[in-house]
Amino acid sequence: MALRLLWASRVASHLRISVAQRGFASAVLKDLKYADSHEWVKIEGNKATFGITDHAQDHLGDVVYVELPELGHSVSQGKSFGAVESVKATSDINSPVSGTVVEVNKELTESPGLVNSSPYEQGWIVKVELSDAGEAEKLMDSDKYSKFCEEEDAKH
Amino acid sequence: MSLSRAKDLGLPLMNLVRLKGIPILEQLHLEERLLRTSSHNWCIVNDGTNVPTIVMGMSGKPAQLLELGPVMEDRVPVIKRFTGGGTVIVDKSTLFVSLICNKDDVPNVQPYPRSVMAWSGSLYGEVFKGINGFQLRENDYVFGDRKFGGNAQSIIRNRWIHHTSFLWDYNVRNMGYLKLPSRVPQYRLERDHTDFVCRMKDYIERSDFVEKTIKAVGNQFTLKQVNLKDIDSYTEAENNLKTTRLLTLEELEKAMADTS
Repeated sequence: MALRLLWASRVASHLRISVAQRGFASAVLKDLKYADSHEWVKIEGNKATFGITDHAQDHLGDVVYVELPELGHSVSQGKSFGAVESVKATSDINSPVSGTVVEVNKELTESPGLVNSSPYEQGWIVKVELSDAGEAEKLMDSDKYSKFCEEEDAKH
Repeated sequence: MSLSRAKDLGLPLMNLVRLKGIPILEQLHLEERLLRTSSHNWCIVNDGTNVPTIVMGMSGKPAQLLELGPVMEDRVPVIKRFTGGGTVIVDKSTLFVSLICNKDDVPNVQPYPRSVMAWSGSLYGEVFKGINGFQLRENDYVFGDRKFGGNAQSIIRNRWIHHTSFLWDYNVRNMGYLKLPSRVPQYRLERDHTDFVCRMKDYIERSDFVEKTIKAVGNQFTLKQVNLKDIDSYTEAENNLKTTRLLTLEELEKAMADTS
């Protein structure tokens, strides 16, 4: 746990955002928005960067492959656009916002494990040009997402 | 179990489709369609497939996994499926069981690989009760330390599929089309295919396995038999969502050439 919090603090410091500490639970970064399918998004003007959360990567296990979309591909909020493979499963990645893919993280082709080791930083998956900036209002902030994860885990 | 009794128990409904000898490509296309465009739970049992076929997982690379020369020479079909996991060669003796579930209908199972895998191990534990040595070992079904069932999954927003190919019997020659994969379970211990796998027929009667599997599923769901020809009424239009596909000869030739 101590290492995880240290890692989260370092990331937060680099990104100049603060960390919500959740004890033994997965790291959740403030100033990001979160989807209920466990993707995070960072919005900067008309562009957004997203990936899967620490909660997601922890539950998925070691990621061995990331299926990336093509540049120019249209993504829609809540709809799948790619997948990760871990253990024996392919798991959909759903887009937290709508837009057009302008960049994909090619590092993930050779190093899919970045999604596990650095889900909010080196493990980012796509960058899009937003088609509807207002959609971000539908997403959860860090406090709501933390609570959401706790409630989800408590059910099992 | 009567429908009224099942309702009393509050068991969710599951449609049961029993197939025989359906081509594995057709089976996988059906599964992908049911996973993504149906809201029902499904159990699909396919008793064998028509021709020996190699089936790789989503991220499978032919050059790494297959002996491409013999595969192309013998014209063995190669499929890349929509689920994860490894490579198998299936034929008329293989038994396939696929379970497609709404996550809310299996509330004690989190929609993540390890949770679904553990649930499946428990279900098949009922099937193989009394047969010594059965266990879910890492992600395989084994008797002792020999694998007889390979698993794979696909997880989408509110649903998941867990499907298994059971090695009822196998042709040693067919195993020769597969290379030793780079990612193997720890318990494999560098054994080649013939030392690593076993034949399910040495442990249980075929019909016994099928009936016990259906019974085990029926302990958690109310089963309703559905014929293949009636499935269209349960799904939406496909919208070209098939990712499972047959690799072309050109693709295999290119894979081979790229490694030379």
